[in-house]
Order: sequence, then C-alpha cells, then structure tokens
Amino acid sequence: MTQFSVPWQPRPAHPYGMASRAVIALAQSVYGFAAPIVSRFPGAILISAVIATCVGVWMHSVLFGWVDTQLIQAAVTLPDYTPPALSLLSPSTWGLTPSVIHALRVDETVAASVAGLLDYVLWPVQFWIVRDVVGLGALFGLFNVIPVYVIWWERKVAGRIQSRLGPMRVGGWHGWAQSPADGIKLILKEDLVPAGADGPLFRLAPYLTIIPSLLAFLALPFGATYVLRELDVALVFILGVLGAEVVGVILAGWASNNKWSVYGAMREACQMISYEIPMGMALLVPVICVGTLSLSGIADVQQGGWFSWIAFSNPFCFAAFVCYFIASLASLKRAPFDLPEAESELVAGFVTEYSGFRWSLFFFAEYAAMFVICAIASIVFLGGWHSPLPASWGGGLGDGLLARGLTGLLFSGPIWLMFKSVFLLYVQLWLRWTLPRIRIDQVLYSCIQVLLPLTMVLVFGATVWTWASTGHNALWSTVEAATRIILGSIGLVFIGGFIAIAGYGFYHRRRMVGNLVQDVMPGS
Amino acid sequence: MAPEEICKLLTTEFTDAIVKTVVEGAHPYVQVSPDRWPDVARFLCDDSRLGMNLLRSISALDLLSDDRLACVYDLMRIVVDRPDVLITETHEFAIRVETDRNEPVIPSVADVWPAADWHEREAYDLMGIRFTDHPDLRRILCPDDWEGYPLRKDYEFPLEYHGIPATTEYELPNPRH
Amino acid sequence: MTMADTVLESAPDLLVDTDRVEQGDLRTEEMLVNMGPQHPSTHGVLRVVLRTDGEMVLEAIPHIGYLHRCAEKIGESLAPYQYIPYTDRMDYLAGMNNNQAFAIAVERLCGLEVPARAQAIRVVFAEFNRIASHLVSLGTYGLDMGAFTPFLYCFREREMILDLFEAACGARLTYSYITVGGIHEDLPAGWVERCLEFLDYFEPKIDDYNNLLSFNHIFVKRTAGVGVVSVDEAIAYGLTGPPLRGSGIRWDLRKVLPYDGYEMYDFDVPIARSGGTDEIPHGVVVGDCWSRYYVRVLEMTQSVRIMRQALANLPDGDTEAKKIKNLKLPDDEVYVGIENPRGQLGFYVRGDGSTIPSRVKARGPSFCNLSITTPLCRNVMLADVPAIIGSIDVVMGEVDR
Repeated sequence: MTQFSVPWQPRPAHPYGMASRAVIALAQSVYGFAAPIVSRFPGAILISAVIATCVGVWMHSVLFGWVDTQLIQAAVTLPDYTPPALSLLSPSTWGLTPSVIHALRVDETVAASVAGLLDYVLWPVQFWIVRDVVGLGALFGLFNVIPVYVIWWERKVAGRIQSRLGPMRVGGWHGWAQSPADGIKLILKEDLVPAGADGPLFRLAPYLTIIPSLLAFLALPFGATYVLRELDVALVFILGVLGAEVVGVILAGWASNNKWSVYGAMREACQMISYEIPMGMALLVPVICVGTLSLSGIADVQQGGWFSWIAFSNPFCFAAFVCYFIASLASLKRAPFDLPEAESELVAGFVTEYSGFRWSLFFFAEYAAMFVICAIASIVFLGGWHSPLPASWGGGLGDGLLARGLTGLLFSGPIWLMFKSVFLLYVQLWLRWTLPRIRIDQVLYSCIQVLLPLTMVLVFGATVWTWASTGHNALWSTVEAATRIILGSIGLVFIGGFIAIAGYGFYHRRRMVGNLVQDVMPGS
Repeated sequence: MAPEEICKLLTTEFTDAIVKTVVEGAHPYVQVSPDRWPDVARFLCDDSRLGMNLLRSISALDLLSDDRLACVYDLMRIVVDRPDVLITETHEFAIRVETDRNEPVIPSVADVWPAADWHEREAYDLMGIRFTDHPDLRRILCPDDWEGYPLRKDYEFPLEYHGIPATTEYELPNPRH
Repeated sequence: MTMADTVLESAPDLLVDTDRVEQGDLRTEEMLVNMGPQHPSTHGVLRVVLRTDGEMVLEAIPHIGYLHRCAEKIGESLAPYQYIPYTDRMDYLAGMNNNQAFAIAVERLCGLEVPARAQAIRVVFAEFNRIASHLVSLGTYGLDMGAFTPFLYCFREREMILDLFEAACGARLTYSYITVGGIHEDLPAGWVERCLEFLDYFEPKIDDYNNLLSFNHIFVKRTAGVGVVSVDEAIAYGLTGPPLRGSGIRWDLRKVLPYDGYEMYDFDVPIARSGGTDEIPHGVVVGDCWSRYYVRVLEMTQSVRIMRQALANLPDGDTEAKKIKNLKLPDDEVYVGIENPRGQLGFYVRGDGSTIPSRVKARGPSFCNLSITTPLCRNVMLADVPAIIGSIDVVMGEVDR
C-alpha cells in the first residue's frame, strides 16, 4: 500500500507554553484540593458564599460610614484640628493620623491592644484612593459574579421553559458551579487568532466591548450610599458608555476577516445606533418629570411606595417604560432582536471567529450590560432601591443595627434594586426563550416608524403634563392622584397575574411531562 | 388514460420517433429516438389529453451488453384545473431514450420541465450522458474535478483522491459486499 | 484585497459585478457569501453560494453532494433485502417510509403479495414516522426562525415515538423494519395500547405548537408572503409533498395511487389557504413559507387519524410473505412512488433475472424540492434564505444519497 502524505502538520509534543502549563498545573492542583470539599458540601458552600458576600459588602459600607460620621465629624470638633486644603495632590481627605484616631476613640470600650491595632486599620480608610480601590474591587467582583450567575440562571430558566432541567451536575445543587466551571474551561482553551484576521484589532476588540460595560458600573447606584461615583449626569454617562460598546463589536466583526462576522457587526451597528435614540427619548420622559439626571435624585422621589413610582406617575411614563424596555432589548441585542449573533442566519455573527477567553469576554460584556440596563429601568421607573412600601413607615424603627437591617430588607436597600433588576432580567430571558427572531427590515421599521414617533409624542406629553402639574391646581392634583392609583392598579394586576401564573406553575410543577413510554413499555 | 392509449396516441402523433413500445409488465414505456425527444417532450407536457406536467424522475441506465446508455423519464399528470378539489385521478407513463455508449448525447428537456435540470445534471455526473442545450451542465454530486462516471458498470474506483486514500477494506479496487 | 474581491471557487456562474453603482448616491458592492456546508440552518451539509448586496440576496446557487455515499451504486451489488438498511440512511428522519418505498418497488417487480396484517402495520409505522419527521421539521424550522423552545417540545414528543419504534424494532433512527414482503417482526405485546395512549397524549400537543409557533405574530411576519411558489412553478420544478400542497393543490399519492391499503382509511389531504380565512393569519399567501409549514402541522392530525383507524382494525395473520430470501428479480423494471413526509419518494428498480438488481435509482423528494431554491431565493433578504430552505425541509442524506 502506498504511503500518503498528511496534508497537515503534526502537533508539537508540548502544545502549551511554560506559563500555560503552570496555569494548568495550578488549576489541576486547586481542583484536586477543592473538588472533594466542594462536592461534599455544595449547598453549604453556596449559601455561605452568598452570605459572606452580603456581609462583606455591608461591612465595608458600614466601615466607610462609621469613619465618616464618627471620626471625621469628631475630628472637626477638635480644638487644634485644621482640615488640609483639598486638592488633587493631597490624597488624604481629612489628614487624620493614627494618634488622632486613637484620641478620638479612647472612650470606646474595646480592649486597649485591639483598639491600638484598629487605629492603624482605620487610618487608611480616610484616603479616597483606598476607598476607591476597595470599591473598585467590590465592583469588579460584582461585574464578574453577575454575568456568571446570570448565565447559569438563563440556562436554568431556559431549561424550565423547554421542559428540561438545565445544568444539574456541576457543584451539586442545581449545577450552581456550571458557569464558573465553563469559565475555567474557556480560559484554558487554546488562544486562537485566525490566520487571515487582523491580529492586533482582533485582540483589542473584546476589551473595547467589555470596558464600557465595566465603566457603566462606576456610576450605577445600588442604594442610597452604595455608589462608587455619585454623578449628576449618571444617566447620560451610563447610556454613553454603553453606546460605546458598539465600537468593539464592529471592530470584532471587521478584524475577524469573515463575511458572517462583518454582517453581524454591521447589523449590530445599525440596530444599536437606531435604538439608542428611542431608548434615550424614553428615558427623557421621567427625567422631564423629575427634573434631574442624577440616578440617586430620580430614585429619591420614589420613596413613597408603589404608587409613587415614576412608571405609575403619569400615562406617558408608563408608556415610556414599555418603550424603554423594548428599545433596550434591541440595543442589547437580546431576542427577539438578536440579529447580530443570529445563529440560523449568521452562524454566530461577530463572534464567529472568537473562542476561549476572548469569546467569554463578549458574553461578560453582554450580560453585565443587560444587568445595568435592567438596573437603570428599575431606578428610573420602578422605584430604584425602595420597596413597594412607603419608606416613611420605617422611620419609627430607630437607628440600631437590627433596625437598619429591617429597613434595608423592608423599605429601601440594595436588595430591592437587585430584586427588581433580576426580575426584569428574568423577563428578558423569558422573551428570549419564547419568541422567534425578527428580520432586519422589521427591526428598523419598528424603531424608526413606531418607537421613535411614539417616544417623541411621549416626551411632548410628559412636558405638557409636568407643566400642568406645576400650577398647584387642586383639581389637577386630584387628576394626578387618580392617575397614579389607576396606573398603579394596572401594575398591581400585572404583578398579581404574574404571581398567580407562577404559583399555578409551581403548584403543578410535578406535572412535567415524563417519559410516558419508557417506564412501562416491554422491550424498551 | 391507460398506458395503451398513451402509446397509441404517441405512435399516431410521432410515427417516426417511436423506436419501441412496451405496454406489458410493471413499467410500460415508449422508447423515443434522441433527436425527436424534445418534440415528444413538449407534446407530452402541453397536450391537453396527456398533460404530463410532473417529471418524477430521470433514471440513467448503463446497458453494457448492448453498448448503449439509456435515460428513463418517469412522467405523471397533476390536474390543476380545480385547485380545491381532492385529486384522485392521474396517469403515469415512462419514456426511454437510448444513446450510444461511447458518444452519449441526449437533448435536454430542462426547458420543458425545469425539474429536469438537476436530474439531467445527476445523470451527467454519474453516467456521463451529455445533455445538449442544458442551461448549466455541471457535476452535481461528485466534485468538479472527479474523473469518470461512477454509475457505469465498468467504472474503476480511484485509489486516491487529493491525497486521501480510497482503497476498500481489503485493498480491493472495487467494493464487494 | 477587499472581501468582495474574493471569488469563491466552483461558482463559475456567479460573478461579482463591482461596477454596480445604484441605490441613490450610495455606491454598493456585491459580495459572494458561502453559506454552508457547515452552517446551522442548512439542515446538514447543503452549501449555498449567495450573491449579496448588503442584506439583500440577489442570487443563491445551491451546491450539493457533500453527503454522497454512492447509495445507488451500492444497490447494484446487493440483494434487495440487504439494501433495505441503505434506504434508512437516505432520508434518515423517515426511515420507515424509505423502507416501505423500496420494499413496495421490489414487491411490484416480483409480484409478491403482502399479508394484510403486514400492510396495516406498515401504514401505522409510515404514519408514525411521518409524525416524527414533521416534528423535526417543525422544531428545526422554529430554530431557523430563532425560536429555540418549540424545537425541544417537538423533540420531547419525538423521543416517545422513537421509544415506541425501539420497542417494535430495536432501533431508534435506522429501523430496517419494513422489509421486502412484509415487516421484520410482529408487534410486541402491549404495543398497540401504548401507541393509542401516546396518540391521546399527542393530539392536544399540536395545539401547543400552534400557540407557541404557528400563530406567533413574529413567526407569521417572518414567513408569511416569503418564498411564494405558484402552482405551475411547483409542478414544473417537480415539487411534491407539503411544498406542493402548500401551493394549494390537494395532491397526495396515498389518495391518487394508493399503496399498502391506504384506500381503506378515511383521511383528508390538507392544503394551504390564504390569510384571513379559517383562522389562517392575515398576510399569508398560498404557496409561501408559512403555508408549507402549516400543511405539515395539519398533516400530523391526519396521520393520527389514519393510525387510529389502522390500530383499531389490525387484522390477524402473517407479517411476512414467504420466500423473500434468494428472491429472483425478473428481467423487468418498475418505478414506484410513495408519499414520504417530504414528498414523492420513488424507487426505480431494474432486475436482470438474478438476485441482485442491475439498477436502483432513488428519486428523493428533497432532491427535487431543493432544486427550486435558486428561483425562490432571488432578491430576498438574507434572513429569508434560511426561512425558505427550512420551509422546503430538505434532508441532505437523501438529496446526496
């Protein structure tokens, strides 16, 4: 028999470089150590991790708050204290030394040696740079955790919608470790750049996509005090940086040197730029009603419970909420507007040529942006971090630790923002796994011919409504209150219907279709 | 219309074109000479009595012992006058066209039945029959640079294709089952 | 070199016209795009070369043959009962129907009589396989339109059908159950009851698919009025099966030329109707993608009807004709067409007096239905190409054979 030459080159004996091998060895040893523990106590580890995250976030917020209120205010009252001139070059805000801190804390009832150490622990917290580093660390952690668990949750939701279970194996309890495991797999995958691709641009594109959605977290308030940078124009800033994401996508499509990628990138560009306009216009409606672009300011006017939420304040805001949600689906390229990565048409759109870590960066960016968009929707329309109960009811609880916890749980705290954002995220997932995809001409039709005129009308109507309500007319106040009650009741009916349907589904969850034939059939 | 009637109609219309008629057996057919075949095809399709508007299949045959190649055209009628009514009547018939094995040429009928386009390409690809006036006569199943016509009885399987070994399990030039 | 300059090989009839300057003041360039053979919505290894101008597809040329397995050549060296497993692998979603077509062709050639019980069981399995095949078609069409969920619903039901197939013949995809002269084995005990139980479960599910996909507004918008095939065009290109009935002709070989006792069963042949009547959504035109899709949905109900009748009156007796091994094929030829889920599946078999046929030719419905791609995909949107190809519902195993 003749020998045939192999048209491809055999692989080298060691396909990975030194660093990669070190990483692999590290991962293997960590896995060997951690896997038995994780597989033995999966549920306990998950629950304690959640609790630890909450406590950690709460702790550092409390620490900052304590330093601010106790130390610095006390320091101002010291007779020989002069605050340093604030400038960019002076990193310390208040110029407290450990001895000053100690002097301020001598009356505390902590053991002296521990208290002495604590002075040095507290000392760096007064510097903005330290706080920023701590805050950024927390945000970066959140930025990593959110996509990972949204992806896991999407798979679970998709599974339930499709009458299957979704991930069930990795980590034990409902496959909670599936997404981290996938992430590790993606990081360890081969680093591929197609031969015909534009290498530097191809490598740059994922970062240009992920950095904007990371930036959006900087100005996103999670609660009244949970924000890294309180910006007066937070809304515009977040919309702006999220809009910059399209640059990375176009670059990815172009640099891949693949026609499907170019199609995906061009669709993304045309769709995202079109839908930014109705999205911004829809957000202008509540901004006109409230009169501020600061997200904290917008949230503050919604303290009065369910009926004070902006979505129910007038019909224009109610419609604007729906418009915003649809437009945000399109600008996030979520189904039914997922044309840029339409699998059945464009293979995978602009991510066709990407694999491994770079591919995962695109998905990190997408899911993080989804969360940000949903958080904005909750802040601007749905009361932000305030619960449906009026915040004033919590006024009598006092200032103790338990009272603070109860206030956060019942009236206004980051948990409510998370809850609302996650609910909106769930609606996005729900739509994605239910609806087919629409065509590009229909996408642009619905933007330019439907949403854009509609939001323009809404902006005009909101202006008129706001102008009418500035007059303190008694009749108008009645109309306004009635509108709130009607719209709020519609909202209640929606939520009630949702809960009823969900409850019905939960009650009948055992009725999921099993395998009718296999159990009973002879010979199968 | 019964096969006998179709045979009779064709022989009266095209006395010179009909080479052979076979009415008995499971597959009645009429053999038509290649040069008159487009006219017969046009008549079969357009005539109101026949109206054979559905070309079901073209089966190319290798008649090695006669040193001939043949194409069997299976035709059928679908009545489209009354669109909403269930069709229960039809007639089917076959036409056979033979050609020389060394110089196999048959006129194309792709302009009569567009369905013939791909069937003729397949016959060209696998049996090597050239269809004159075909709009796009290329190989359809085999690669463009394939050599030989695989369905011919004397076809030798290649041992290699672009560096890919193509011998059979027992190193035989032709597969045996 | 820009992307438009890249000329794809083996597309000599597609030339990019780079001098085209049209559409207002904008200069547009045409581009050749290679869709497949590895593409999620080409249902296997179909390759379509698209000449595009932005999102518009000006021309689409299908290239087939990536799954060519010499099935017809193999048929010339095997006895018919040995060739049955190869027919399974042609249209691998409708193995039973393929077995049946080849078996009937050989039986007609040799004049074999099939026992009544075998015929009834054949009908049951052919219709059952039609349901299974249409379920795949429905689900994957949903996938083509971007709806992922109906696919899994359809496959959930298909799994149950496959379980029943497995119980009867031991295979889940390539059955080889219907053989020359009858069927391979009689039904196992309790099968009929299980099957009836499944049909009771399955019939309401069709409404679920309709609510989820067929009457979904977006789905209708995507498919209605897209890829319209007129009656004459459909017949001229040899379209059969749901694509032909989707053009509005009540044509079904089970009614026209009944085989295996189909004349004994009472069933309708559903056809497409235009929008606004009979709960058909507005915008639907007879012959468009939605009509072809919906004909399949309606056919599943009819298949259930046929199966119920066949299972209720299952005759007793043998399931296989005598003497099918070493069957001498007479020096004659035969062409038999049956109604496959995708259309008319025909087998041309020619014997020469020995046990091995001298020519086996399969006329696949997908092969003929696919040939209308080029006229249909002219001046459509890029997203319509998967819609059109999906609505034709090709199985590449049978196109390439």
